Amino acid sequence: MAEGPVIAVRDLTFGYGREVVLDHVNLEIQPRDFLAIIGPNGGGKTTLLKVILGLLEPWSGRVEHNVPGGDVGRRGRLGYVPQFSTFDKNFPLRVSDVVMMGTLGRRGFLRPSSKADRAAVDRLLERLGLAEIARAHVSEVSGGQLQRVLIARAIVSEPRILFLDEPTASIDAESRGSLLALLRELNEEIPIVVVTHDVTSIAPMVRRIACINRRLFYHGGPELSQEVLEETYGCPVELVAHGVAHRVLHDHDHHGH
Amino acid sequence: MPSFFDALSYEFVQNAVLAGVLASVLCGVIGTFVVVKRLAFISDGISHAAFGGMGVCFFLGIDPLLGAIPVALATAVALGLMDGETIRSADAMIGVLWAVGMAVGIVFVYKTPGYAPNLMTYLFGNILLVSRHDVFVILALAVSILAVLAIFFKGFVAVAFDEVFARVQGVPVRALMVLLLSLIALTVVILIQIVGIILVVALLTIPPVISLMLFKDLKSVLACSVLVGVGITLGGLFLSFAYDLPSGPAIILLGAVLLIGVYGVKKVPRRRLA
Repeated sequence: MAEGPVIAVRDLTFGYGREVVLDHVNLEIQPRDFLAIIGPNGGGKTTLLKVILGLLEPWSGRVEHNVPGGDVGRRGRLGYVPQFSTFDKNFPLRVSDVVMMGTLGRRGFLRPSSKADRAAVDRLLERLGLAEIARAHVSEVSGGQLQRVLIARAIVSEPRILFLDEPTASIDAESRGSLLALLRELNEEIPIVVVTHDVTSIAPMVRRIACINRRLFYHGGPELSQEVLEETYGCPVELVAHGVAHRVLHDHDHHGH
Repeated sequence: MPSFFDALSYEFVQNAVLAGVLASVLCGVIGTFVVVKRLAFISDGISHAAFGGMGVCFFLGIDPLLGAIPVALATAVALGLMDGETIRSADAMIGVLWAVGMAVGIVFVYKTPGYAPNLMTYLFGNILLVSRHDVFVILALAVSILAVLAIFFKGFVAVAFDEVFARVQGVPVRALMVLLLSLIALTVVILIQIVGIILVVALLTIPPVISLMLFKDLKSVLACSVLVGVGITLGGLFLSFAYDLPSGPAIILLGAVLLIGVYGVKKVPRRRLA
């Protein structure tokens, strides 16, 4: 197994039009990381995720992929769970069909899905407690179930790293609990990167944090200092009212702060 | 007056039925992608732009299909290559291509020496003018389109459902979009002969919209769209023959009545119960 970071972002700059959104960002994702990318809205969190995923071309700098076993390039090696507002829920697909889409990257879109693929999908649906809704239409399932369906789609081809964009944004507290349990289990094997404006909801899991607001303000363990957060958000009053990273601060900060 | 079934012994009626069934099968399959990927406006734009190519062919005295196919394909490729980030300009570009195509077509038809073809035929179609030769051309195109669609089916579904996820998986999204739009363009060219430029988009959208109300998985929606398409095309032809109606509008209006009926049955009681 290769040592060193699974993914390294080196001196990355990106923007839309003439506006710089990410300014010389450096970031490393370690093999057993649970990294939370936090920052204010419009601070470039999701943009950074898109550049890492190869959806956007950086202006300068680069993203190095050092994914173990990644000899088939990046295909199927990056698991991605989008915010689920990004697709049409009325699309005529059943839950099992959606999960099956996750096998495209590794098998290629020209090959028909195999028995092994279907078995993998069934096993995963069983494991995530989705077996009974496997035949249901995507519009018929709850927010928490859909979140798990999207995670199933992302991990069915056994990716070497998993990215989640605002995973707790539209689910209830109960679903959040089972989501965290699932992420903890997955994190035994692969690094997980979560983009969120609400780090409180995943705080117990987080090993390291990256604070992004155009620049990378902090990159390290979850023992954040008030100063760093204030600098990132640029507005201390709003920070406290917002509650963002507040819990992290209290959970880990009684020794230091 | 002979019945519709007696009329089936006439070659032009046979041609109409064969062309109609082939076009309906295509419509059901391609139209489903048009509806779920929200490409109705693009399809309509391609249809109108293609008229530019047809007009030039009238002027030159050659088969209008020879002009319609390259123009429709060029329009599809151009729109497919436009960057997703510039979606606003893509929307405007469709409108521009649409209008310019019509303008070019009308100018060339107007300047065509001697016999001027009836514009109405191309705007609203006349399935009874389809020749046996046309039937074979439609058959060849339909088989090719469906074969390409079958080969790339999984990719098209992935791109239609969630483009971003498909890209992360390494699916060549842009290339597949250009290919899908090209298949739509060829389908549109075939449909122009059946229902005309203006009504093309209705035949592409009505059967899938009905099917999407009835079924939840893609394969059932595709099968149902094909059946609905064949049903309204043959039914419309029958109405056209029985009541002396223009064929294109008869097909579309029958589809619209069916759409409203299915909507009434599926949606209204549920709302009342809720």
